[in-house]
Amino acid sequence: MGLPVSVHVRGPEATGDAAERAVAAVFASLRHADALFSTYRPDSQVSRVRRGELTAAGWDPLLRSVVTLCERARADTDGFFDARVATPDFDPSGLVKGWAVERAAAALAALPGLDFCVNAGGDVVTRGRWRVGVEDPDRPDRLIVAVDVTGGAVATSGSAHRGAHIVNPFTGMPATGLSAVTVVGPSLTWADVYATAAVARGPEAVVWLDGLPGYEALLVATDGGLLATRGWPSVAYAR
Amino acid sequence: MRKITMWFVSTVAAVVLLFSYRTSTMGPASAGGSTAAAGAPGVVSGGDPAATNQTATTDTVVNGSVAQTRWGPVQVQVHISNNKITGATTLQVPDGNRRDKEINSYAVPRLNDEVLAAQSAHIDTVSGATVTSDGYLESLQAALDAAHLPG
Repeated sequence: MGLPVSVHVRGPEATGDAAERAVAAVFASLRHADALFSTYRPDSQVSRVRRGELTAAGWDPLLRSVVTLCERARADTDGFFDARVATPDFDPSGLVKGWAVERAAAALAALPGLDFCVNAGGDVVTRGRWRVGVEDPDRPDRLIVAVDVTGGAVATSGSAHRGAHIVNPFTGMPATGLSAVTVVGPSLTWADVYATAAVARGPEAVVWLDGLPGYEALLVATDGGLLATRGWPSVAYAR
Repeated sequence: MRKITMWFVSTVAAVVLLFSYRTSTMGPASAGGSTAAAGAPGVVSGGDPAATNQTATTDTVVNGSVAQTRWGPVQVQVHISNNKITGATTLQVPDGNRRDKEINSYAVPRLNDEVLAAQSAHIDTVSGATVTSDGYLESLQAALDAAHLPG
């Protein structure tokens, strides 16, 4: 996936062999996911599905899980997250990234007495209390705000660094109106799906996000304005 | 916005029809409506347009009735001169940006630099749409990793 991934552990067990093995397991899990799902690898399951070489009977069980999750994601986002397997450009990357990182972090979660923070290309899954800065999409060397998360996930989707790469599935055109959306919540898979769907949907997505139980969001409009759901956890925005 | 604008065009047409009906049956009867926002339907100033058919040159100002639309109430005022519409203005504009208003109710201010600097001093990690290694190199996360990792 070409993702920079960093793993940060702390606590009394942080320097032990068990932690070292768990960190190695995190990266092994991510490599396995990459081998299955990368659209850049011609031999990945996704590439083979796209070429019509792999029918459902030959799917890896993990691909089966991802396809099921993609279907649920489409339903849960009113269609704004759309990665349907029946299309020639089938690309579940928008879901796989968060899902794979959350799944990989389970190796760390299995160790008691260890706080961790896994950051994969700006998507974060944690245990323990961590302060997460939210990058300014217009100036990646600056932050917009910081949030404290305790055992939660933080996902950001947007057009920064790659141009407008999220498409509104209803228009087929690049999404407009938002340059980035950050979602905080219990699951990185769903935080990432919601953030991506919100970028596709545009600024009015804040109303939809506000109604999602357990998840809060900060939206950066292309004009630089900020929107946040009412429960957005930044102390500076208490209202 | 385009939709709303087009709707206004059709509203003007509807008001004109309504106006024609009223003037032919009621004449200039509406008493003393003020020209501005109150907007009682009917003729506001000037003569009976029906009577201006031949030669009169005075302007007549007429308020349309209030139309309820999905965006809210719309009322149009039409200026007539020489039996022709010379202008139309809206007395009541639908709260057309109700959606924008709803969105804006979620607006939050940006932190000022001082608060941000205080928060940033204790950042553990960064969430962003940084997805390529190029972006990573320019991002704060790179610096944070460098700080956390031994030399």
